Amino acid sequence: MARYQQNRLPTGGRIDRGRRMSFTFDGEEMHGYAGDTLASALLANDVRMVGRSFKYHRPRGIFSAGAEEPNALVQLGEGAYSEPNMKATQVELYEGLKSESQNRWPNLRFDIASINSAASRLIPAGFYYKTFMWPASMWMTYEKWIRKSAGLGKAPTHADPDRYEHRYAHCDVLIVGAGPAGLAAALTAGRSGARVIVVDEQSEFGGTLLSHPAEIDEIPAMEWVGAVTAELRGLDNVTLLSRTTVIGYYDYNYLVALERVTDHLPPGTGGSLPRQRLWKIRATRVVLATGAIERGLVFADNDRPGVMQAGAVRSYINRYSVLPASNIVVFTNNDSAYRTAIDASANGSTVTVVDIRSSPRGELIDKAEQANIMVFRGSAVTAVQGRTRIRGVEIMRLNAAGHGVIRSSTTKVDCAIVATSGGWTPTIHLHSQAGSKLIYDESIAGYVPGDGVNINPHRSAGACNGSFDLGKCLQEGLRAGHAAASDAGHEGEMPIAPRASMEVEGPMRVLWTIPCKHPVGRGPKKHFHELQNDSTVGDIHLAVREGFSSVEHLKRYTTTGMATDQGKTSNLIALGVLSGLRREPVQSTGVTTFRPPYTPLTFGAVVGQNRRELFLQERKTAMHPWHDRNGAVYEDVGDWKRPRYFSTGQESMDRAVQRECLAVRNSIGMMDASTLGKIDIQGRDSAWLLDMMYTNAWSKLETGRCRYGLMLNEHGMVFDDGVTTRIGEHHYHMTTTTGGAARVLTWLEEWLQTEWPEKQVYCTSVTEQWAVAAINGPAARDLLSELTDMPLDAESFPFMSMREGRVAGVPARVFRISFSGELSYEINVPAHHGLYLWEQLVEHGARYDLCPYGTESMHVLRAEKGFIIVGQDTDGAVTPDDLGMDWIVSKKKQDFIGRRSLSRSDTARAGRKQLVGLLAEDPKQVLPEGAHIVAEVRDKPPMPMLGHVTSSYMSPNVGRSIALALLEDGRNRMGEQVSLKLMDGRVMRATVVDPVFYDKDGARARG
Amino acid sequence: MKYSIFSLLRNSLNHHQGWQLAWRSPDPKPRYDVLIVGGGGHGLATAYYLAKECGIRSVAVLEKGWLGGGNTGRNTTIVRSNYLWDESAALYDHAVDLWHGLSQELNYNVMYSPRGLLHLAHSVHDMQEISRRGNSNHLNGIDAEFLDPRQVKEMVPFINLNCRYPVMGALLQRRGGTARHDAVAWGYARAADEMGVDIIQNCEVTGFRIDNGTVRGVETSRGFIGANKVGCVAAGHSSVLAGMAGLRLPLESFPLQALVSEPVKPVIDCVVMSNGVHAYISQSDKGELVIGASSDDYNSYTQRGGFNVIEDTIGAIVELYPIFSRMRILRQWGGVVDVTVDRSPLISRTSVRNLFFNCGWGTGGFKATPASGRVFAHSIAGEEMHSIAAPFSIDRFHSGALVDEGAAAAVAH
Amino acid sequence: MFLIDCPWCGVRDQQEFSCHGQAHIARPENPDQLSDDQWGDYVFFRDNPSGIHYERWVHSFGCRRWFNAVRDTSSDEFLGTYKPGEPPPVIAEKKGTGH
Repeated sequence: MARYQQNRLPTGGRIDRGRRMSFTFDGEEMHGYAGDTLASALLANDVRMVGRSFKYHRPRGIFSAGAEEPNALVQLGEGAYSEPNMKATQVELYEGLKSESQNRWPNLRFDIASINSAASRLIPAGFYYKTFMWPASMWMTYEKWIRKSAGLGKAPTHADPDRYEHRYAHCDVLIVGAGPAGLAAALTAGRSGARVIVVDEQSEFGGTLLSHPAEIDEIPAMEWVGAVTAELRGLDNVTLLSRTTVIGYYDYNYLVALERVTDHLPPGTGGSLPRQRLWKIRATRVVLATGAIERGLVFADNDRPGVMQAGAVRSYINRYSVLPASNIVVFTNNDSAYRTAIDASANGSTVTVVDIRSSPRGELIDKAEQANIMVFRGSAVTAVQGRTRIRGVEIMRLNAAGHGVIRSSTTKVDCAIVATSGGWTPTIHLHSQAGSKLIYDESIAGYVPGDGVNINPHRSAGACNGSFDLGKCLQEGLRAGHAAASDAGHEGEMPIAPRASMEVEGPMRVLWTIPCKHPVGRGPKKHFHELQNDSTVGDIHLAVREGFSSVEHLKRYTTTGMATDQGKTSNLIALGVLSGLRREPVQSTGVTTFRPPYTPLTFGAVVGQNRRELFLQERKTAMHPWHDRNGAVYEDVGDWKRPRYFSTGQESMDRAVQRECLAVRNSIGMMDASTLGKIDIQGRDSAWLLDMMYTNAWSKLETGRCRYGLMLNEHGMVFDDGVTTRIGEHHYHMTTTTGGAARVLTWLEEWLQTEWPEKQVYCTSVTEQWAVAAINGPAARDLLSELTDMPLDAESFPFMSMREGRVAGVPARVFRISFSGELSYEINVPAHHGLYLWEQLVEHGARYDLCPYGTESMHVLRAEKGFIIVGQDTDGAVTPDDLGMDWIVSKKKQDFIGRRSLSRSDTARAGRKQLVGLLAEDPKQVLPEGAHIVAEVRDKPPMPMLGHVTSSYMSPNVGRSIALALLEDGRNRMGEQVSLKLMDGRVMRATVVDPVFYDKDGARARG
Repeated sequence: MKYSIFSLLRNSLNHHQGWQLAWRSPDPKPRYDVLIVGGGGHGLATAYYLAKECGIRSVAVLEKGWLGGGNTGRNTTIVRSNYLWDESAALYDHAVDLWHGLSQELNYNVMYSPRGLLHLAHSVHDMQEISRRGNSNHLNGIDAEFLDPRQVKEMVPFINLNCRYPVMGALLQRRGGTARHDAVAWGYARAADEMGVDIIQNCEVTGFRIDNGTVRGVETSRGFIGANKVGCVAAGHSSVLAGMAGLRLPLESFPLQALVSEPVKPVIDCVVMSNGVHAYISQSDKGELVIGASSDDYNSYTQRGGFNVIEDTIGAIVELYPIFSRMRILRQWGGVVDVTVDRSPLISRTSVRNLFFNCGWGTGGFKATPASGRVFAHSIAGEEMHSIAAPFSIDRFHSGALVDEGAAAAVAH
Repeated sequence: MFLIDCPWCGVRDQQEFSCHGQAHIARPENPDQLSDDQWGDYVFFRDNPSGIHYERWVHSFGCRRWFNAVRDTSSDEFLGTYKPGEPPPVIAEKKGTGH
């Protein structure tokens, strides 16, 4: 069948007929106009079936004209721009748009999985809980097929080429929705001078007025919209955002909105604009004018392509200038759908109204009959002919109670569209997210906003408030905008509400399920309350029969409301049916929580610009450029990039480390120690603080001297370590582990500010202020002497002391401390001199064979000395005594953080895991870190464990492999042979030894 | 009625009119041998094992709302047992053993899918951590494998190995995976009900009756119910419940959020967890990406949480899996998790005789459901705490014998 | 996303703050005189009510100063913030029973 926009009306609509656009659906080329959505363009081209449902793979067509669309989901775009599950009703048409139907194979018309539909009787709600259990081993196979047949579209296969950004905004009044109520609110709020943001999800303002013609103050409503919008645009204090959806209402009036900045343009043509922008808006007051969503009547086979919301049909006619069919049945329980009938008829369609009310009366009914529209009263659509395209409907009279049909009254009417209305459900998602109560309003058969909570002050106006009359919407909007601005401190004027013409509507009749020839759920026909997930009224009956009758159980058991439309057209119907089965008012049945987001939210937009190089930004030291130029291979330590080793071309890490370690012990090595945490501590009570935070005593440390300290948490477990130096009378320089810097600073500050506020101590992070080059090795003194005139002899500058002076002409603090066990100077200079210092040291170090080294060699060198790394040799459950560091725990001090915990029964127990050295039986064998020492070697697990290897290296200086381990009762096992059982079955043997492997008396560092 | 393909077939003939209530909704009796307070997975499992294995059928489960409405129905459905410490490994691996065959035992498909679970290592420290844990798991009889980056890529082809913290390796537990969370509550409820356990929903406990330091029963919104023993399994609300008995627990209740994407065809088959960038992901049978976040840092019972946590989590997901940038969040929600300092549960007697608590499961209780219920049932029924439960007594916070799963993984150098 | 009134800086977004748990827990003067049980209570046991909670916050990405807050954990409504050392505001209605 050729597609030539055969359903396009000759005139009218808000489309631009001057801009014809081509697009494809399942490979077929068609045309539409600017201003179309993909859905309106498909309808214009008389495309009826657009997808397959989730479970039964039934043919489905376009149901709505908005965000509530359950059926018309497409895979949009190609390649890196491909995107699943896009609602055709929300996709604005652009030139060259490519779309494909989903959830079908091999194609939409012949879908193998539609066999599910044939077997649907066997697979009601929750069937999977009752089967697939035999044989047990087959579940994974069954599941593989279930997974294949589930899902909808396909995940993208490429990284996203688009860009997203975040905007933060603050305002006095945020108005959500720019229909008549929202615009009226914007007028009063905007005129008051308040900072106002108006957000609307459509491409242009107007809301329902875009689709439903009306008059305001005797001019066409869209002209009123134009005038209001123009006035608002002229106000500096008002920001207007179209194509923007508030997706979440979070605490303290923090609302998140997604602006689709360039989604309406062909992919990749947005230029400098982002694809989408996430707005994070903090509003003093919020006005919710989010409108209402129409629900359908639930009749037999109400899912056939061609069953649409009555309001949507009207929208396609008036906004998009598409008459979906030349013969339409309008099936309703209320007056509003008569407007669709009248508009369709006026545009040349043959229209029949089927009204379940036995005697509807009022202006609209009169108008319809004047237009020669046939009205079946007290009747219902009881069957639909046609599977992939509706050909006609069967109509029967309802019995008085509405629970059954009178078979003798059967009539058949040809039609291609059933436009159905079961009433309008206020869009209260954001109210619910804001924590407000929801109250069931019998007159509209829907929930409306109730009391709110203090932290999220907001007002509601218009249809979301249950007010469907245009005049009332305007009135409420003006009031809400005025009051919201006033609450935010901007007193404005309250104008007289414009006059609006709208026919008065009579009462609706609530029938949650429309009967047919068979009892609901027991015949060959299905009554879908939820289209996408194929959830039927029969499923609700089944759920209740089985006891899943609380709303949350119902939702979970039948998957109602869990589809990509989140139940916008189905949830209330399910509640209605459920309350009927429970024989209680809808209000008592309750309602499930509305979860954000209101409409699906792109991951990329949530991430914004915090991706790639801006995701958890890397920290680099002042010397980093040199490292880059000289073969550094980096390791991530906390946020830092630290050189792990420096490779000379093809060299492996192991070889590089052996070379670096030998250089340190034989000549000189240099490492970048800038990343160590550094905290400047000043004030009268600084020493007192150190006494509390460290296990050892600090008051007697002389100025210019350094001391190593262990920090415990209040559980008594080692938490950080480092060297602290006394700079002056009340001035200390503390170092911490690289990863622990922020944690330790916070720890000190918290104690000081909350527990000891009377103490005078000031802690400042200076990690980034100092760049540190640590030179280690026998030639360290000689090298340093070339660059400084400080006296360096052991007497004037002894081990564990600090001197201030100049190095390479740069002001420096030089710490004579050693983590390698060699003669060592850690030269601290202001960070901006760091690279210069480093290069000077490299240059002057050349004749001492200076070798830059990284963290890996640092680890080997410190392990040779038995020095621990907190976090590697400790695990948060290790005490100083466990580390054999009882010597650092003051016996004299009355108190320090963690002290009391050390004497608890389990903590003071003998035989805990203790730090020991291990020498593998084979000196060439490096015990794997993380390998466990077992009490008894068995052929296969389980095997009781005694401890594990924490650090293990090939040590060129010891001339063999060495390891540190935490071993149960380790210090009493010195000399014992232990066995390590590896995962691959190998058993390694090792001897328990003292953890210091090199220069046990420490002479080299002191030299 | 036994569930099977045959009963489905048979019932389809009369349009499924013949199915019975999955569980009754009886009025509470004046007294029971054991009352379980809390109708989540753990509480229902406790009742089931009391009836099934301990010979105690005079049992009621009291639930203030609807069954499985707390964290049972809000978690990311991950099952694994590769915990570091022997005590935890024993507990969680007991659960994995029970997960195998649970559908058959309960005659309810809980959809336990050992589809494999990866812990990514993003740093040398992570590599040491997974090595230690993997070796320990292996020796405890728990399956563990180390993967190199190439093998990780084979399992998760679209992963960005060279991300902010490049993937250096991974620990794989093949028996790890997922299960269907609601089904666990419903399956245990149905099976317990069948053995005579009374499951009473919409029954809120408002107080405990305690005489001479011994619990005699509970006051509820439906009147007093007497009992010889009471087991409380109320997750995030445990502290509030304990307060009614004059007890204080070493717990804090935090918001924990999770989210799902729109459903897509199968794209990721295993569960992937990353502590390095703080995010975990799997794909449900329905096709949704199921994504977990870290908890918020303040006490709250609102089941909400901050949007910043969602941002951080999705940031990590997109960094690791750039192809997901165009996927969309369908639904986000929060739960209330009761967290201990050592990130291990409390399964304990209390200072009130015959009053027991099972709580403190923090962010990871779902996976333990069968074992938690079973060891708690045996602890309530017997003279002694079950040997697997014993290390998780409240006493550890006084003796110092913590089972510190939190510290070991969290400490960086 | 809370708005938190830092008593030092004024109202700021939650993301600038971190919560550090229950407030007003004095560190025991003389830990040695406490039993293991008493010490364990101090280190590990915290109030965890559904209702009024006195807690410690720090303006981490701001003034880096600590302060106390009263918040209703059942609604997340802040009922007041105050500097360390200041008496907590009087809250009219007490609710929640958990400790």
